[in-house]
Amino acid sequence: MDPVTRHTGVGVPLRRNDVDTDQIIPAVYLKRVSRTGFEDGLFSAWRQDPSFVLNQPAYSSGSVLVAGPDFGTGSSREHAVWALKDYGFRAVLSSRFADIFRGNAGKQGLVAGQLAQEDVELIWKQLEARPGTEVTVDLQERVVLCAELVAPLHVDDYTRWRLLEGLDDVGLTLRDVDAIDAFEQQRPAWKPRTLLER
Amino acid sequence: MGRTLAEKVWDEHVVRHGGAGEPDLLYIDLHLLHEVTSPQAFEGLRLEGRAVRRRDLTIATEDHNTPTLDIDKPIADPTSRTQIETLRRNCAEFGVRLHPLGDAEQGIVHVVGPQLGLTQPGTTVVCGDSHTSTHGAFGALAMGIGTSEVEHVLATQTLPLSRPRTMAVTVEGELPEGATAKDVILAVIARIGTGGGQGYVLEYRGSAIRALSMEARMTICNMSIEAGARAGMIAPDETTFAYLQGRDHAPTGADWDAAVAHWRTLATDDDAQFDAEVVVDAAELQPFVTWGTNPGQGLPLSGAVPDPDALGDEGQAAAARRALEYMDLVPGTPLRDIAVDAVFIGSCTNGRIEDLRAAAEVVRGQRKADGVRVLVVPGSARVRLQAEAEGLDRVFTDFGAEWRFAGCSMCLGMNPDQLAPGERAASTSNRNFEGRQGKGGRTHLVSPLVAAATAVRGTLSAPVDLEAPQPLVPA
Repeated sequence: MDPVTRHTGVGVPLRRNDVDTDQIIPAVYLKRVSRTGFEDGLFSAWRQDPSFVLNQPAYSSGSVLVAGPDFGTGSSREHAVWALKDYGFRAVLSSRFADIFRGNAGKQGLVAGQLAQEDVELIWKQLEARPGTEVTVDLQERVVLCAELVAPLHVDDYTRWRLLEGLDDVGLTLRDVDAIDAFEQQRPAWKPRTLLER
Repeated sequence: MGRTLAEKVWDEHVVRHGGAGEPDLLYIDLHLLHEVTSPQAFEGLRLEGRAVRRRDLTIATEDHNTPTLDIDKPIADPTSRTQIETLRRNCAEFGVRLHPLGDAEQGIVHVVGPQLGLTQPGTTVVCGDSHTSTHGAFGALAMGIGTSEVEHVLATQTLPLSRPRTMAVTVEGELPEGATAKDVILAVIARIGTGGGQGYVLEYRGSAIRALSMEARMTICNMSIEAGARAGMIAPDETTFAYLQGRDHAPTGADWDAAVAHWRTLATDDDAQFDAEVVVDAAELQPFVTWGTNPGQGLPLSGAVPDPDALGDEGQAAAARRALEYMDLVPGTPLRDIAVDAVFIGSCTNGRIEDLRAAAEVVRGQRKADGVRVLVVPGSARVRLQAEAEGLDRVFTDFGAEWRFAGCSMCLGMNPDQLAPGERAASTSNRNFEGRQGKGGRTHLVSPLVAAATAVRGTLSAPVDLEAPQPLVPA
């Protein structure tokens, strides 16, 4: 994973609560076996509406999505993160994220940054008043900058560290392989097994 | 200080404690796989030259994409077929046990695990599917994960996870006639909202929960994610042990005794503290239906479509306006006046044998309403066989319903079972999101009893609506 420290790009105001992952990418796009090429599925139902924010030229090249509370609820599909990234988004800002979405984002180098709802509202106003305004998401300094606004950015310490370092989770865990071996030695014999032999 | 059920199961699985602000490394006892969220994970292993660490703690089945008709023929949709074939190749290459379409143990992954006795109290269970919370009904800590985490578990049999907070959802009293587990969980979600459980593991407790069967408990835990909670749990008890004993993968002999002795220690201690608590009075619950486009937008069936302007919070009011526009509903309309085009009975929420029995009892000897399409999809091949042994398939087909093979089907419309644009369904599934059951489709989430009664009358109904009206004056 490439390290993420600071990103500046056009902000996209998505004034909706409860943006579930079925809206981010509907199930019909999940049939692929590849890890890339999901951008056409991003918000595919909403993008059929000409007034949808991503259909407006000033926002269509945006890379910082600013959404209402409870972003990423529902299905665990990591395809939602892949679709956002494949489209060009590098950060999503919201006052509240669903747990699974936030975890998936952190593993793919997409910043899921939490802001106070009043800061989200201020950024929305700015982005709508001046479409094309850029937003800076600074993971190093834990702030979001938009015009005059300097808003505190909340990302948990561990996710921030992994993003800043560009660390791969499996590689990190395998440093603890001795601890895993030791744990397995003391698991009770009656724990379920899917195969009779090992 | 005492510990909660979730804390005990967590503590038993910590491989390495994280420092301050760091996640713990948690051991995973059971990893369930299906075709949709696994191909990129296997590809990741292949690219890194890694193996599946514990094939004996891993099992796969095919459910999301699979057709529910003509299952002996090649899958018509080429992309679905490729995904299924990819799972088969991956399982063969990496040595993972697979129950493919046509196998007696195939079915929705969350129906299959418990049915085989693989889901056991005190275990950690993960799957690349958010409804993994279902398995919490056994006192397991079970949660949905993304594909990167699927790869992580395949390679290491562990996951780095931050310790969740705990929330008690206490349901005391007796459920009135006609109110079911589905109504309990829909009412809970309406109360705390789709984000209310974020960061928490829910523990459902109280006399109304203890009185439920294992299958009803699974219905409740299944929809924990709809309240934002990654996991929901219920303390294991005699009902749990009785369900498990004798199943294929349940312990036997001295192992059984040792396991049960341990399982009895898992219940939340009397002096344990939850971080939050919600209390629900079972006696006040009624058949519940959703009117909007998220599972928190629900009301008792006796209610009416709400007025968004009366909802107070502007964000919620805007969401409700959008939802009503999408659902084509007018505020003030009695919910019982809403006519449907389709009824779907199935899914990991309500596709088990007790659900089919409950629905069959309502429709037995009746004919479905004209113009309503009724789809009955068992949660697993074994549920289908059991239903057929009991003659339920005949009850449904005589009623005019379609009796299908097992899979996720119209719950998420990845296979051909979809709503057409503008069609409205009463569905026993778990999500009423825009387009969830087919592009432009409209979903009302209901219990199997309400689904069945709705299929009879053609409008949202409960079984009580089917009873002959009593004469005002005794004859």
